[in-house]
Amino acid sequence: MAEPHRSPPLPRAAGYFLLVTAALGLAPFLPYLPTGMSILAALLLLWHGWLVHQEAASPSRITLLLIAALGVVLTLNEYHMLFGKQAGLSLLAMLLPLKLLETRRRRDARAALLLCCFLLSGQFLNAQSMAVAVCVLLCATAIIATSAKLEQPGLTLRSALDTALRLLGGAVPLMLVLFILFPRIDGPLWGMPLDAYAGTGLSDAMQPGSISNLIPSGEIAFRAEFEGTLPPPAQRYWRGPVLTEFDGRTWKIREGGRRRQPDYLPQGPAYHYTLTLEAHNRNWLLAMDYPGADAPDALYGDDLVLFARRPVRSRIRTTLSAYPATAVGMQERASTLRAALRLPPASNPRSVALGAALQARHADPAARVAAAIDFMRNAHLAYTLYPPLLGQDSADEFLFDSKRGFCEHFASSFAILMRAAGVPARVVTGYQGGELNPLDGTLVIRQSDAHAWTEVWLAGRGWMRVDPTAASAPRRIDDGLASALPSNEQLPLMLRQDVEWLRNLRFRWEALNNGWNQWVIGYNARRQLELMRSLGLPDADWHQLAGLLAACAGAWLAWLAIRLWPRRARLDALDRCWQRACRKLARRGLRRQTWETPKDFAERAACALPQHADAITAIAEAYTTLRYGPTAQDHARKLAALEAAVQQFRP
Amino acid sequence: MPETPNATTRAILAQLGEVLLGKPQALRLALACLLARGHLLIEDQPGVGKTTLAHALAVTLGLGFQRVQFTSDLLPADLIGVTIFDAAKQGFSFHAGPLFSQVLLADEINRTTPKTQSALLEAMEERQVSVDGKTYPLPEPFFVIATQNPSQQIGTFPLPESQLDRFLMRLSLGLPDAAAERELLSGRDRREILASQPACITSTELQRLQTQASAIHVGERILDYVQALLAKSRSLPEISQGLSPRAGLAILAAARAWALIDGHDHVRPEDVQAVLPCVAGHRLNAAETRLGGAALVRQLIESVPLP
Repeated sequence: MAEPHRSPPLPRAAGYFLLVTAALGLAPFLPYLPTGMSILAALLLLWHGWLVHQEAASPSRITLLLIAALGVVLTLNEYHMLFGKQAGLSLLAMLLPLKLLETRRRRDARAALLLCCFLLSGQFLNAQSMAVAVCVLLCATAIIATSAKLEQPGLTLRSALDTALRLLGGAVPLMLVLFILFPRIDGPLWGMPLDAYAGTGLSDAMQPGSISNLIPSGEIAFRAEFEGTLPPPAQRYWRGPVLTEFDGRTWKIREGGRRRQPDYLPQGPAYHYTLTLEAHNRNWLLAMDYPGADAPDALYGDDLVLFARRPVRSRIRTTLSAYPATAVGMQERASTLRAALRLPPASNPRSVALGAALQARHADPAARVAAAIDFMRNAHLAYTLYPPLLGQDSADEFLFDSKRGFCEHFASSFAILMRAAGVPARVVTGYQGGELNPLDGTLVIRQSDAHAWTEVWLAGRGWMRVDPTAASAPRRIDDGLASALPSNEQLPLMLRQDVEWLRNLRFRWEALNNGWNQWVIGYNARRQLELMRSLGLPDADWHQLAGLLAACAGAWLAWLAIRLWPRRARLDALDRCWQRACRKLARRGLRRQTWETPKDFAERAACALPQHADAITAIAEAYTTLRYGPTAQDHARKLAALEAAVQQFRP
Repeated sequence: MPETPNATTRAILAQLGEVLLGKPQALRLALACLLARGHLLIEDQPGVGKTTLAHALAVTLGLGFQRVQFTSDLLPADLIGVTIFDAAKQGFSFHAGPLFSQVLLADEINRTTPKTQSALLEAMEERQVSVDGKTYPLPEPFFVIATQNPSQQIGTFPLPESQLDRFLMRLSLGLPDAAAERELLSGRDRREILASQPACITSTELQRLQTQASAIHVGERILDYVQALLAKSRSLPEISQGLSPRAGLAILAAARAWALIDGHDHVRPEDVQAVLPCVAGHRLNAAETRLGGAALVRQLIESVPLP
């Protein structure tokens, strides 16, 4: 007879179940962990699998402690701390296989499963995509199936999975009701410890190569959904950081003021659109030129950039408008103009000389601009993704020697020329163009659409956009990057136009993802309100939502209860009496198995509680006789005696 | 083992225990089988006491006993008997074979051909034998105690399901524990002990016990339980062929006899669980998993809650 106080040992089949569940739970973390930790966790899991297969004994506690210490050292080495999101996940990912390695009994396995559940929710800390949701559902199924197997070792794989799917299926309506109706609050409930931002995107400085590095990335920067007509490609300039300070090699932002209202008057035709911006950990919103005054919760910068109040750390959705025909910078501050003329001494001498020559030849600044564009067009500059490496005087080398460059070379050189010619000029980085997804009508702007252009300031006309790239490679602006490049240049796969089916597939996938982002990840208080309105609840406050939630959830639970009700056998007085005795024993950790006969259970209990052996045996014997014996004359009296015995029974 | 309150059965078991050491559970099951008027199949390795148990049962219960060693060339007539011409009477007369005894010990039953095995079938089921158009009743009580080696052995004809079904129980003796084996080595020859033992009861007393056993009360809950076991055996994925209604009747008969040995006037769930491995084990067909009958029955028991 097994010792009743000890949890039963884990059968090998349940060990396999647990192994697969842990592997499923751990696998999504491996790419996010430091390499050392990934290898350690995978090795530990393999080791455990081998031990389970061999039915070998678990390693000693000392070994496990040493491995744990190794994991801590690896984590500290990578993150320099043990707290925080990634460090915590890294430690957890090591602890799960370690826990498995010391799992011998059923209660250890239960603890390991709980750890799996914890890891499961941790998956959403790394990403919230649809793939993660599917993965989490898979893991949840595995966890439930394994716990079913733990409690009922006789279950086959199929019946365990069946149980898990039925339980999950019963929970799905409840999950949907909670998701849709649980009152949402604006903003996250808790802050996430910040990790270093590792994604691609624009930065607040530009030097040769910094934008062409973005081009191979097919990653989506943002999406724009226009109401009504789309702006023509030549107007799709999405403004990012504006770079005014130039030190001879690197262009940098010139910090300026930010205010609630724009200092220009939006004019001309307007485009209204909804911008869904991916997280990039910076403040700029990448609005199309030039944003109207109605941007919600945004700040207008001096250099016409639209800023969010906080860095964009998660995907946001905002409604904006653009007035491309607006005249901007009519009354520009003198300090700004001075900064837009500043050139470092003794840098790019040939370009500076050319600029000075232009200034000498043309009195009108507008004519100087036109002349510079003419010069660039006639210089036969080639537009290429793979420009040669440039040295100290990058503008000189680009304009006069290599003559091969990318948009940042064009923009930077042109701005230098203009400054040398006495025209205030600055470099604007951002995105240009975008691709229409025909399935959901959104304009998708990728990192590969990153672009740099120039703005010059002319008295009486304000800041004018001049895109020197357009002068040399006009198709870049009208038809996108792919058509502007020489045909022999290899494009990244995602940008290639000839693979039609691939593009179609990508459109579909991105439309699906967009739906997921908008309706699942981006389901916030506003969306909830919209949905409630369309369901006929115009002003649903949280009281109404909570009431509706309770009603829906209650109805579903009641239906489940009604469906399961007939399975519970009706109990008579004798059964109730026996169950009471069983409950008393259960409080001492002795639980009767459903198939266990009263006699067997009594023997087990008597061994565990020798001081009560007589009482237990007597109760079980009396119950068995009354339950299964022929109905005796004095049945009622015996039942009363049994009830009294159970009443007095205090294990 | 709790002691048996029933004096007669206790005496029988005590005497059997002198011959077959260290196997009280198997002895009780064998006795329950005979009290439930069932035929007994003992399956095990050679040399663990199968034949000794069969012999001891016959002797202790005071029954007439014939032993037939089943071989591959044994013919039905060798069992049943033959009709031959009697020159003195100028007519044919039937010479009864070893089948006409109260206990037929069919040793190594799976060594003989299916033809002879089937001849035994009618006798076991109908308790009568038909020869040349004449029907001869078998003596009362009539038991077949068959022994067989595990069917993996060379030169065996495994009993088909229908034939297995005729046996109420299939027992496996297993090796004795160390103490019992030591005692066996030091003791007298088993045959000598058997020869010196008297019968504990007469065959009339045995028949009375059998009547008592069949009168043991079976409550509603027990019927529910046995029915649930039968139903579950047909739905468990590990079992390809579940238990038949006849198996259910067999379970009840065996459980009644077990309750009688225990000294109860009613069948309890533990009685059903005690006899189930022997009664159901040989009637269950495992699905692709090569689980033995006992493991399957264990799984069956653990998947059916007591009503």
